[in-house]
Amino acid sequence: MLAYIVRRILYAIPILIGVNLLTFALFFVVNTPDDMARIHLGAKHVTPEAIERWKTEHGYDKPLFFNRAEQGLGKVSDTLFVDKSLKLFAFSFGQADDGRDIAREIGIRMWPSLAIALPTFLVGLMAYISFALVMVLFRATYLDFAGVVLCVVLMSISGLFYIIGGQYLLGKLWHWVPVSGYELGWAGIKFLLLPVLVGVVSGLGDSSRFYRTLFLEEIHKDYVRTARAKGLSERAVLFRHVLGNAMIPILTGAVVVIPRLFLGSLILESFFGIPGLGSYTIDAIQAQDFAIVRAMVFLGSVLYILGLLLTDISYTAVDPRVRLE
Amino acid sequence: MSFRPEILWSDALLFLLLAAVLGFVLHVRRHEHLRAPWLRVAQSRMGVVTAVILACYAVIGVLDSLHFRPALPVEAGAPVQYGNEVLSVLDVLAEPLRMRVEKTYSEPFALHLYAKENLSLPDGGQMRAYPRLKYGGAHLAGTAERAGDIAWRAAAGALWGAGLAFGFWLLAALSRVWQARGFLPATTQLLRAPEAAAWRTALMTLSLLLVLGGVLGRLSIDYHILGTDKVGQDVLYLSLKSIRTGLLIGTLTTLIMLPFALFLGVAAGYYGGRVDDVIQFVYTTLNSIPGVLLIAAAVLVAQVYVETHPELFDTSAARSDLRLVFLCGILGVTSWTGLARLLRAETLKLRELEYIQAARAFGVANLRILSRHILPNVGHLVLITVVIDFSGLVLAEAVLSYVGVGVDPTMASWGNMINGARLELAREPMVWWQLAAAFLFMFILVLSANLFADSVRDAFDPRAGARA
Repeated sequence: MLAYIVRRILYAIPILIGVNLLTFALFFVVNTPDDMARIHLGAKHVTPEAIERWKTEHGYDKPLFFNRAEQGLGKVSDTLFVDKSLKLFAFSFGQADDGRDIAREIGIRMWPSLAIALPTFLVGLMAYISFALVMVLFRATYLDFAGVVLCVVLMSISGLFYIIGGQYLLGKLWHWVPVSGYELGWAGIKFLLLPVLVGVVSGLGDSSRFYRTLFLEEIHKDYVRTARAKGLSERAVLFRHVLGNAMIPILTGAVVVIPRLFLGSLILESFFGIPGLGSYTIDAIQAQDFAIVRAMVFLGSVLYILGLLLTDISYTAVDPRVRLE
Repeated sequence: MSFRPEILWSDALLFLLLAAVLGFVLHVRRHEHLRAPWLRVAQSRMGVVTAVILACYAVIGVLDSLHFRPALPVEAGAPVQYGNEVLSVLDVLAEPLRMRVEKTYSEPFALHLYAKENLSLPDGGQMRAYPRLKYGGAHLAGTAERAGDIAWRAAAGALWGAGLAFGFWLLAALSRVWQARGFLPATTQLLRAPEAAAWRTALMTLSLLLVLGGVLGRLSIDYHILGTDKVGQDVLYLSLKSIRTGLLIGTLTTLIMLPFALFLGVAAGYYGGRVDDVIQFVYTTLNSIPGVLLIAAAVLVAQVYVETHPELFDTSAARSDLRLVFLCGILGVTSWTGLARLLRAETLKLRELEYIQAARAFGVANLRILSRHILPNVGHLVLITVVIDFSGLVLAEAVLSYVGVGVDPTMASWGNMINGARLELAREPMVWWQLAAAFLFMFILVLSANLFADSVRDAFDPRAGARA
């Protein structure tokens, strides 16, 4: 088991290097730092001196891969590639365009993100499974049919509609919850209710339908027939046997996203004014702050790979047939 | 000539796609075993209804893709000059919608502007009031006449649509005259025969749509039936223009990603070993980058490129069009991995089957095995994935435009409409019509696509059909 995990971590390194090279190519080779400086300075102030000054201020005044001016190892190490790209591996993200330390910002902003994403994930998972189970329990009846129709309709509505509709109905018209905002501690719960609700509802159609398919796939298997032949009640079959076995794909599918919960949701956070990583990223995109986008891309990849690793480990936990070696 | 055809990049790709679809249809028609699942789609009423709705969207999208530049008025004898404005056939058809621009917001069917203005009275004094619209309901004396006028015009439009629908029924009957030997038998066949059930469903749907279109079309000549936006443009016109953007995002992305997914997925599954390792590495790497961020990064980069090379684009339409094509490309890069993984798994399974083993034992070349034995047998997976992905891509456009990395802000798209209207929600009374129109048009398209995808999946994947 330990050997397997070590091997998987080793396997993750080339992937992270790939991500690193790709983002470096996108941000530095396709677009030179000069282009970046030009965009930030705006059309009026572009002079060669201004561009140089901007590059020095933001630490872009080095060659890409090879620094002729330096001695010895410095020829390779004192370059943009090492400075801006390889240092990501040490989680040193450098400074944003406004001069703040990105790593520090991430450390502060991940908690509000988590405060939204974690409840959304947990409540969502329970809601989707329960809804799918109800549909399966009443399978091939009008109730099931109505459930599937509801799922397809919910799937076809843009996520933005849930947000805007929720804010209007619950926030503006009924005054149940504040429209947007964030506050630390227990007093802040009222700000979290609406985003979590919207997050859960917007995933309801897709996930419930998928889980329903998973349950129905199990229900036609031999062990279910055996359980029925033993004389078990339909409910015992469904909740003990089918649910238990269908939980394997459901749980392992869910584990992948757990690490990424830290990154939060771009859209939810920006609509509800939550100072998390999602709104941090969206602000960076809109302000064309490449340093933050680069850091978030790298962080996202690391968390995804961590998710894959957790998935494999969780297989052994829930499915005794799977052995990692 | 008073215009010059203008083929934008996305137009060219769309025509390529249409040609590919046409070729595919002709190919399917000739082969019995390929035709069978499509006949199953035609048997499901839901499949036919949604196909007709999707076809209507497609027709509008294609009409909006036939671009040209009108000639500028010049004196006789002078060389013809073409304007910088790129128009489409849809723009010409919807001329009354396009040209009647008000000053700012107005509600659906409104006679007055949304905002108060200083009006000068005939006696020289001034007052604050809602001014009348320049075009919307301009033929009416006051609000009292409006309800009657709308009803009357709606009825006329419905009649017009019904007439057109009747024409289609007649056409369908006439197309059977030769086969049924006579007009009367042809009509009975169309109306009664069980084989013609799909045609009846299609024609019924089309008739309903035509009547609805007649009503809306007739009303939209004299009113802004979905209101006007901030700069006074008709929201119905904007929504219709957005159809092309939505469709292109949904289809061009597929066109771009399909060769990658097919080639790499099948190759990884079939060859295994080193090839498999490399391809798996590539798609795990791409997959591990959060999709929105990769798109954002790529679009930011493209934006900088466009801003630093303004000389490459002669019209603003060409600029926003290139951004659209680029967005489709980058969406393709992020979305091919799912299909590739699916194809790899399926090919792994197929590779071990007897008929492939037999082909190999006979010494058939690898490429020939791939093209003759593997590709046709993963075709249904490709088709199902493509149809299912379509609706996701249409929805993604709105989100990406909101984040600021979607289509060009000057381009008509549902995402841009929502984005523009979002800021006005806080106003009192609320400006809701622009949002509602964008969501409604998007909802109908995506719902039809989802339901159509379901019937396609049921028809092509009998196992999934038995389960659901």
